[in-house]
Amino acid sequence: MDMGDEVKVFGSWGSPFSRRVELALLLKGVPYEYIEEDIFVFENKSPLLLQYNPVHKKVPVLLHNGKPIAESLVILEYIEETWKANPILPEDPYDKAMARFWAKFLDDKCLPAIRKAAFSPENEREEAAEEVRDCLKTLESALNGKRFFGGDAIGMVDIAANFVGFWLRIIQEVTGEELLSVEKLPELFKWTEEFVSCSVVKKCLPPKDKVLDVVKARVAPK
Amino acid sequence: MASSDGEVKVLGTWSSPFVMRARIALNLKSVSHEFLQERLWEGKSQLLLKSNPVHKKVPVLIHGHNTISESLIIVQYIDEVWSSAPCILPSQPHERATARFWAAYLDEKWFPSMRAVGMAEGEDARRAAIGQVEEGLVLLEEAFGECSKGRPFFGGDRIGYLDIAFGCFLGWLRVTEKMTGVMLLNETNTPRLLKWAHRFCSDDAVKDVMPETEKLAEFAKMIMSRVKGAAPGTGKS
Repeated sequence: MDMGDEVKVFGSWGSPFSRRVELALLLKGVPYEYIEEDIFVFENKSPLLLQYNPVHKKVPVLLHNGKPIAESLVILEYIEETWKANPILPEDPYDKAMARFWAKFLDDKCLPAIRKAAFSPENEREEAAEEVRDCLKTLESALNGKRFFGGDAIGMVDIAANFVGFWLRIIQEVTGEELLSVEKLPELFKWTEEFVSCSVVKKCLPPKDKVLDVVKARVAPK
Repeated sequence: MASSDGEVKVLGTWSSPFVMRARIALNLKSVSHEFLQERLWEGKSQLLLKSNPVHKKVPVLIHGHNTISESLIIVQYIDEVWSSAPCILPSQPHERATARFWAAYLDEKWFPSMRAVGMAEGEDARRAAIGQVEEGLVLLEEAFGECSKGRPFFGGDRIGYLDIAFGCFLGWLRVTEKMTGVMLLNETNTPRLLKWAHRFCSDDAVKDVMPETEKLAEFAKMIMSRVKGAAPGTGKS
C-alpha cells in the first residue's frame, strides 16, 4: 500500500451504505479518516459533501488522494481494484458476474421491499412483508450451502447484504412483522448470525439502540 | 481464468436498449454470436424463463454453460472474458469508477426520466418531464468533457463502457424528440453530445444493432396503446 495514500470516508453512522464502504476498507486494512455527515437534515450536509457528490448529494463518498467516488457499490469495486489484500470479488469472470448480480439484486429488489415493509402505512405492510419474504427466499439461494455469499470469507455480496444482516432484525422488532424467520429461511438466518459475529463486521455496525430509535421514529404508528 | 470457448448467444429484443448493450460489446470484441429474438408479446420463452429465473427479463447472455443477466454486468463479463483489445472499461480504477457511476445514474435516474416524458399526462407535466431529461443531459455533457478529455468518445479514442451505457438510449431519445418536437440534444446545451451521438451511431459495432427511429416510434405507439397506464415494455434489465 502506498504510504502517501490519503483516504477519507464521508458517511453517516446509521447508513448501511456508508457502513459498506467502511467494512471493505477495514477488511483490506486500509486506514481512513471518517467524516460524519448529518443526513437527516438536508441543510446540515457539509459543503464538502455537496462538492464531492453534486449529482446525488448523498453519503457515502470515498475520497482517495483528493478524488471523490460516490455510490456504495461503485466504491466497493474501486476499493477492490485499488487495494489487493483480502479480495472481495472472485477471480473468475462468471463468478464475479454472479456476485455483481446479487449485489444489484439486493439494492434493486430487497432494499426497496424492506423499506416498504418497514415504513408503509400499517394496512399495506402485510403485502410488503410477503414481497420481502419472496426476495429473501431468492437471495438465500445464492448462499448454496456456503458460510458466506463470498465462500469461506466475506465478499462483496455479504458486504452489500449488511442491511439484511443487521438492520432487518431491528425493523422486524419494531414493526412486529416476521420477515426473516429461522424456520422458513434457515440458511439465510444462519448467515445473519455468522455475519454479525465476524470481528471485522462488529467494528463496523452502529449501536443497536440508536438504530432502534431511528426506526421507531420512522415506522408509522399502529 | 474463464475460457472464451463456448457458443455465445444473446437473448433479447430488437427494441431494447439494454439488449443493445450486450450486442455492441460482443461486436466490439468481434465475438460471433447468435441473436435469439424474444417475442415478448407472445409470452416469455422457456429459454428466457430458465436462463433468467430471478428477473425473467432480457438481455441474457448465454456463453457455453454460463448464463448472465443484467446488461451492465453482461458488458463487464464480456470485457473480462474476451480480454484482448479493445478494452471496454477504462484501465485506471478512478476512471472505471467514474464510468460505473454515470452508467448507474443513466439507469436509475436519466432513462426513467425519459420514459416519464412518454407517460406524462397534460402539457405542464410533459414540460416538467422534459425539463428533467434536459437537466440530466447537461450533467452528461459535462461528464463527457471530463471523461473524453478532448477525444471522440467517453472511453477515449474508441467506444467504451459509458459510451455503450448511454449510446444505447439514443434510439429512444430520438423517438422522444420526435414525439415532443423538442431537440433534447442540441447545439446550445449539449454541443459535444450532439456530435458524439452521430459518431456513436455510425460506429461499426453499433450501426447494425441500433434500431431505426421510425420503426421504434411505431413500436412505441403500439405499446402505449396496448398497455396504457403501464411503463413502455423495453424489457429493462
